Amino acid sequence: MIPAAFDYVAPDTLEQAIQALADGGEDAKLLAGGHSLLPLMKLRLAAPTMLVDIRKLPGLSGVERQDGHWRIGALTTHATLEHSPELGLVSEVAATIADPQVRHRGTIGGSLAHGDSASDLPAAMLVTEAEVTLQGPDGQRTLAAAELFEDYLTTAVGECEVLTEVRVPVLDGYDHSYHKFNRRSEDWAMVGVCAVVRAAGGTCEDVRIGLTNMGSVPMRATAAEDALRGKELTAENISAAAALAAEGTNPPSDLNASAEYKRHLATVLTRRAITDAAG
Amino acid sequence: MSVTSAAPGGSVGAALRRKEDPPLITGMGRYIDDISITGTLWMAFVRSPEAHAKITSIDTSAAAARDGIVAVFTGADMADIGGPLPMAWVPPGVEVNNPEHWPLARDEVNHVGDPVAVVIGEDRYAVSDAIEDVVVEYESLPVVVDPEQAIAGGPLVHESLGTNKVHEWTLAGGDVEAGFAEADVIVERRVVNHRIAGAPIECRGVIADYRAGSLTLHSSTQVPHFVRLFMALLLGLTEDRVRVIAPDVGGGFGQKLQVYGEELTACWASKRLERPVKWVETRSENMSVAHQGRDQIAQVRMGAKRDGTITAWHVKILADFGAYNMILTPLIPSLGAFVMGGCYKIPNVQTDIVGVFTNKCPTDAIRGAGRPEATQMIEVTLDQLAHELELDMVEIRRRNFIPKEDFPAATATGVVYDSGDYHATLDRLLENFDIDAFRSEQQRLRSEGIYRGLGLCTWTEICGLAPSRITGPAGVGVQAGLWESAMVRVHNTGAVTVYTGTSPHGQGLDTAMAQIVADKLGVEASVVDVIHGDTGTGPEGRGTYGSRSLATGGEAVAKCTDKIVAKAKQIVAAELEAAAEDIVVENGKFSVKGSPDTGMALADVAGIAYIGAVPEGLEPGLEETTFYDPENFVFPFGAHACVVDVDAETGKASVIRYVAVDDCGNPINPMLIEGQVHGGVVYGIGQALYERVHYDSEGQLVTGTFVDYAIPTAAEIPMFETDRTVTPSPVNSMGVKGVGEAGTIAASAAVTNAVIDAIRPLGVDYMNMPLSPMRVWEAIHSEGDSES
Amino acid sequence: MSGTVNVRLKVNGDEHELQVEPRLLLVHALRDQLGLTGTHVGCDTSNCGACTVHLDGQSVKSCTVLAVQADGAEVTTIEGLGSEGDLHPVQEAFWNNHGLQCGYCTPGMIMAAAALLEENPKPSQQEIRRGLEGNLCRCTGYHNIIKSVLDASGQSVSEEVSA
Repeated sequence: MIPAAFDYVAPDTLEQAIQALADGGEDAKLLAGGHSLLPLMKLRLAAPTMLVDIRKLPGLSGVERQDGHWRIGALTTHATLEHSPELGLVSEVAATIADPQVRHRGTIGGSLAHGDSASDLPAAMLVTEAEVTLQGPDGQRTLAAAELFEDYLTTAVGECEVLTEVRVPVLDGYDHSYHKFNRRSEDWAMVGVCAVVRAAGGTCEDVRIGLTNMGSVPMRATAAEDALRGKELTAENISAAAALAAEGTNPPSDLNASAEYKRHLATVLTRRAITDAAG
Repeated sequence: MSVTSAAPGGSVGAALRRKEDPPLITGMGRYIDDISITGTLWMAFVRSPEAHAKITSIDTSAAAARDGIVAVFTGADMADIGGPLPMAWVPPGVEVNNPEHWPLARDEVNHVGDPVAVVIGEDRYAVSDAIEDVVVEYESLPVVVDPEQAIAGGPLVHESLGTNKVHEWTLAGGDVEAGFAEADVIVERRVVNHRIAGAPIECRGVIADYRAGSLTLHSSTQVPHFVRLFMALLLGLTEDRVRVIAPDVGGGFGQKLQVYGEELTACWASKRLERPVKWVETRSENMSVAHQGRDQIAQVRMGAKRDGTITAWHVKILADFGAYNMILTPLIPSLGAFVMGGCYKIPNVQTDIVGVFTNKCPTDAIRGAGRPEATQMIEVTLDQLAHELELDMVEIRRRNFIPKEDFPAATATGVVYDSGDYHATLDRLLENFDIDAFRSEQQRLRSEGIYRGLGLCTWTEICGLAPSRITGPAGVGVQAGLWESAMVRVHNTGAVTVYTGTSPHGQGLDTAMAQIVADKLGVEASVVDVIHGDTGTGPEGRGTYGSRSLATGGEAVAKCTDKIVAKAKQIVAAELEAAAEDIVVENGKFSVKGSPDTGMALADVAGIAYIGAVPEGLEPGLEETTFYDPENFVFPFGAHACVVDVDAETGKASVIRYVAVDDCGNPINPMLIEGQVHGGVVYGIGQALYERVHYDSEGQLVTGTFVDYAIPTAAEIPMFETDRTVTPSPVNSMGVKGVGEAGTIAASAAVTNAVIDAIRPLGVDYMNMPLSPMRVWEAIHSEGDSES
Repeated sequence: MSGTVNVRLKVNGDEHELQVEPRLLLVHALRDQLGLTGTHVGCDTSNCGACTVHLDGQSVKSCTVLAVQADGAEVTTIEGLGSEGDLHPVQEAFWNNHGLQCGYCTPGMIMAAAALLEENPKPSQQEIRRGLEGNLCRCTGYHNIIKSVLDASGQSVSEEVSA
């Protein structure tokens, strides 16, 4: 299958990229690794008239530690994240995305700007309480991950904005786990649950739980978190908290998983993820 | 690990590495999309988004006006073709409703993807743009997707037929009602064998090149000769003017055993436009229009004595054929009926088949074609019977096996199995798989909440398709002889070219046939080239399907080589002043028995045949042709064991061990046999656990890409343990049987039995495929059986 | 819309300068413009991996990369990995272990395996399986592919398999 025709620019500077998006109008799209956009274009489910390729923009790749954060450039590939174990949960999650070839091209910025709640990184951003930097015609702004994902495939990234970096807090003292459930390991998550836990003397000081593909946006399982925070990390307490994991969710049914089944999976995977992270 | 060469006389039986591989591992293969002809036009189809509709208008003007577009055609433009697409099964005494099926729809579309128009232009990008500009207006018609609804008076797929029923067909032996009357226990089940896609990794494709009155068609097909015949008939050409070439073919699995409308459209358009026309299918097209497989619902009934002896076996199959009959569509369930008794001695067996149209992609032969369905019915029902009788799953099989003394064994339905030793394969399986150790481990794991299950499948199948006297017009009703041809040509230097009428596409027949010929002629297999898939280079052939290429095509090659040997012996006898009957082929030489030092190599014989003087009465040259039609089918068999772990909380089942003992007669190349078994088994695991073609109630295809149609990857599959017993077939001189479909025929039943065994303690008595996580979870958590 | 764009590619060691439509997929640039037909297309959705090549040393699916995105990059295709008489160890191992049947997925499978071994010279069976999960094979059941990759990495097939 072949994409519909489009105009193409590959600007050298961020300012040029923002200008090109502005000039291109509403059907202009930013191109990073292209692994969310190009498959849609090949199936002609998307037909942008202009692609602004940001591969030449300087400084958008790589991971570095800055003041209690990991600064991750938007063009950093999933493979780089996978091979950066110091990133903790983000690295663990990235390693489960699709397959090696996809991880070599797909980028964190592209994934977050696309905002598919079935993809793996968005929920991890909620759990790590990351923030993203957006550059647009009116300058720079910073958004918490929780404010980024607005609706199904809809994010707060403006039409002329470029997501340039992701800042993930360094979660010293937390352990992490991601349980991704799918038919085949290369598939999208039927449901995924990521969790970070900080424990002291067997007590849960903090827990954060992220849900993948449990609705139109990624979400936190706050009821389950609240039920466990401050409690002893016993199997009973973990199970009781996990039983609340699907509270407030309304996942869509699909061929492989009904809403009821997804809600059930969320509780099972939450229990397993917390148990692993606390173990 | 393979061997790289074998000495003359030592090829057969050796794990010789493949002759096919060097181009394929270096990117030098030649698949359909790798072939370019100067001046080629590209073709793309406008396809129906509707499952059932009248076409009220087609506006091609915008598409035709685009840059790079040469022509846009609709069904009306193709009015001059000689008739609709073929269906080649006419069972004597059986009425088969067969609606007209055109390469481009005329007035009505009957499934999503039905082609409505074709756009032809200068490159593949131009035509893929232009198809979006063809405007088709439809008037929706009622859609029927569920075969049970279709047969029970649902909306008509083809109104002119007045029914959705395609045909009724029965094969019976003994008296099943009498058998049930004798039974102490009767097990009944509704066995659903869901629809799957063939899904070769290479989609279909063609290049048609009509020039100066002759047509050359390159097509990714398993049956170039059938395609030639029908292209000639439908285009009003004589066969001498049509050459069909199957280049390297990237997998077929039955999907490319077909005469497709796209092939005809490309040929017709090339003739019309006097330019070569190329079409390469997209995966999305392949998933919606290349014929699919299975899709049977069977009401099965098995009666037995308390000791487990089966007294009667009655199967009523409703087979969903989709929107049209393709070349062999209505025959497919009958292939299962021929082995409906499996490897068991059942005095009373009956299979009743009803075919039905629905607004879905047509079905036809897909790897196994009727036999995986039959095996599934038998093996899951037998396990249930064992459970109800509190008999061991091994013991109930042993009590019912056809004993080896019975072979050749006439079954209740009159089908005669050629050879078998079912106890031996099961014994060998149990040598490889300690069932007692498994059971204690299973008990221990259950106490930890891990549900592990064992599924057995002991099976036989019918393959080596041939023989014409049974399959042909007066027998089963296929409108073709299913013999096979071979030509063997020894060149001046003693190198050999073999032509086979089969059309292999991955099975390794080049290597296997070279091994057969090499030993007979006293040369190394490396100097035997095997060519196939080109109607212009050898005799008429029948192609590759039904695990026939070795037992039928290979035997033709063997018999043809025997003719070469006979002639060579006469030449050698004259040279060595001996009697031809005293000449033997030993150590790479034709020599007088007992005098190996004075022999002649094949090159020397060829030298005389082509350059020197052949004995009086012989023609010069060293080349022969053979047509071989066997007396019977061949019946491979085996015993497989599958172990699964089921995560009871999520319903996810994973195959963790698979042991396969197969018997396909004498091995020509054991490495190739193992490869066929591995691949066949994964095809069956794929159906059981992962794959499913699904249409919604509106007839929209939900599983239209490889995102949703889940072929297993390496990450889902374990290593396999394979072993063999050898029970030669008496049907052919080599004692061989087929093995291409065996693994698939066995595996889905083994997996299903394993999953049921795993979750029986959780209250699940039975469930149908696909054994997907949600369905298994639902079965565990629902009241009673899940038979949906 | 969409004039052509100039793209410089180094493919299998040779420099090429192409004029391409921006939408031209890398796989079509390789196949249709450079005649390197060993790289295949098997799906529309980046699942099958038949189109796998190395882009600046990493395995990628060339059906999901625009030729313009590869501007200035080095590409290695199956034709550049090795040739008859000078086979790459992975090619040799696929031949010796019957790691292919119809051969259509094979170039992509070999390229993915070669990239995997560059990253992880002694992978376990499970690492190989996960490493090849982006490549579909419909013929072999993967058994002999796994054997081939173990063999190419110099590991004893039987020890690893029974482990």
